[in-house]
Amino acid sequence: MKPLRQLRSRTVVLPTRDIDTDQIIPARFLTTTSREGLGKHLFADLRFAPDGQPRDEFPLNRPDTDGCEILVAGNNFGCGSSREHAPWALLDYGIRAVVSTEIADIFRNNSLKNGLVPVVVPPDAHDFLLANPGVEVSLDVERAELRIGDGAAVPFPIDAFARYCLIEGIDQLGFLQQQMDHIEHFEEQRPWTP
Amino acid sequence: MGAARTLFEKVWSEHVVVEETPDTPAVLYIDLHLIHEVTTPQAFSLLRDKGLPVRRRDLTLATMDHSTPTTPVSSIKDLLVVGESAAAQVRQMQQNCADFDIELLGFDSDQRGIVHVIGPELGATQPGKTIVCGDSHTSTHGAFGALAFGIGTTEVGHVLATQCLLQRKPRTLAIEVDGQLSTGVGAKDLILAIIGEIGVDGGTGHVIEYRGRAIEALSMDARMTVCNMSIEAGARAGMIAPDETTFEYLQGRPRAPQGAEWDAAIARWRALASDDGAEFDRTVSIDASRLEPMVTFGTNPGMVVSVNDPVPDAAGDPSFQKALDYMQVDTGKPLTEAPVDVVFVGSCTNSRLSDLEQAASILAGRRVADGVRMLVVPGSQQIKKAAEDIGLDRVFTEAGAEWRESGCSMCLGMNGDTVAKGQLSVSTSNRNFEGRQGIGARTVLASPLTAAASAVSGHVADPRPLMDRS
Repeated sequence: MKPLRQLRSRTVVLPTRDIDTDQIIPARFLTTTSREGLGKHLFADLRFAPDGQPRDEFPLNRPDTDGCEILVAGNNFGCGSSREHAPWALLDYGIRAVVSTEIADIFRNNSLKNGLVPVVVPPDAHDFLLANPGVEVSLDVERAELRIGDGAAVPFPIDAFARYCLIEGIDQLGFLQQQMDHIEHFEEQRPWTP
Repeated sequence: MGAARTLFEKVWSEHVVVEETPDTPAVLYIDLHLIHEVTTPQAFSLLRDKGLPVRRRDLTLATMDHSTPTTPVSSIKDLLVVGESAAAQVRQMQQNCADFDIELLGFDSDQRGIVHVIGPELGATQPGKTIVCGDSHTSTHGAFGALAFGIGTTEVGHVLATQCLLQRKPRTLAIEVDGQLSTGVGAKDLILAIIGEIGVDGGTGHVIEYRGRAIEALSMDARMTVCNMSIEAGARAGMIAPDETTFEYLQGRPRAPQGAEWDAAIARWRALASDDGAEFDRTVSIDASRLEPMVTFGTNPGMVVSVNDPVPDAAGDPSFQKALDYMQVDTGKPLTEAPVDVVFVGSCTNSRLSDLEQAASILAGRRVADGVRMLVVPGSQQIKKAAEDIGLDRVFTEAGAEWRESGCSMCLGMNGDTVAKGQLSVSTSNRNFEGRQGIGARTVLASPLTAAASAVSGHVADPRPLMDRS
């Protein structure tokens, strides 16, 4: 996982609520045994017509969204399936942060384990971002703040441990492995065995 | 005496290896890790890269369900009906389980099936356990009073390597369901009504406990249907306190405790129910007696109405209007006029024997309407056999439906069982998301009774008029 302390980017906006992980990456692309190369299938049925031609009206297909690393989405982004292919596809495409008023639990967990920052902001900041696609935004993971243009910093909630892992680029498995003495002790002293 | 605790708090605290602090999440021990072919290949790759073994093979159980054909498999050629890449994924699962010495209930096992169907069926799912799987519908197992939730592939790797997860403690939401469900109204209608009430994000950050007289009256199959769709309300998990119904279901199952161990387990399980006076972060109350058969009309499970009620209009909400446009449904009228192309009875939500019996009760002596394709996919090979033993397969095939091998099938269409573009599907599965059952497929979620009634009627139908055969 690449460390991510700060990020400055224009936004690309998908205003629809409840964008589920089937829309982020349809199930037919989950037969892969790799985590690489999924960006080409990101939002496949929204980006492309059934004949494979790009849908011009879809925001990610507009030339002015090239290089945008921050996705602003409607409420409850990432609901549905636990497929980690969803954050893999977003990251492979080049998205490093998702901003919404609510982000579904499993998607948020999966994102944090891969260096994709879930940013939950209050409705007023969200409304402004939805109404102003392409605005320049600064994300400061260390301070857990989002700054829109040169405006005031908007704080966002992020678990302290997840933030530490993001800014250091640390894999959480290492931390778990360091707990092995505790895990073995737990197994030895528990009153029943599964 | 400590403070009154909820079912969730009891199971949670019993599995905390290291307490959470402001700086670090809790280390939570996992009692049962269910794995399948879609969300594990990259986790096994990680183990190989780091040279790690699977730490507790004895707490890991594998099957294959998502990418598998629902036609019989006795050779590689049979497997290829799902396509090269799905077949390769299945073969990778076989290789991973062989390399890491994990028990795989595969094509040679009569215990193979949908991962959330076989765990309970084998008695591996038990009250008070922590259960995870790389699949959001792991919430199903909460029906037994287990704390069960879906995880991503990175976390699958964590559990394989350490048998633990890093977790923050979720909040609790009590859903109190009083009253009694009417004839023709079942667990699927209840959970759809609950999601309609609290919304598809109503459970985010919470573990739900379903409680009250209407929940206590449900069979285990029905409780699994309810808990299964907890994730569709955004909840981390759904739980129901274990009781006599739970114990009766589990007794004698191959992986349930036996003999003196059974007696000890029962004593432990009886103490799991939430204490009187235990406090939940939120409570929602539902009256079961007012519910009718429910159908979804939009592109998430919260967009739901009683089958005879009109579909509401968008009232200027663009996300709602987008869903209506995708579904091509008329607002102001009930869905019962919508012609049906496909009916799917199956999935981890509704593929158990009682679900199949309900669908068959409508189909017996009737025909699937002309132009409708009906697919019936049992949840496991054991359910398939049990259904065949009582002649349900003949009821389905004589009515003109297709009777298949077990698997996830048309719930998400990974194995080639898909709904064609623009077709309307009445499905007993759990998600009506855009494109879920196939590109451009339009999905109406419903109970097995409503699905079967829609199959014979050729349009979305209230099952109740078809249930009275006197």
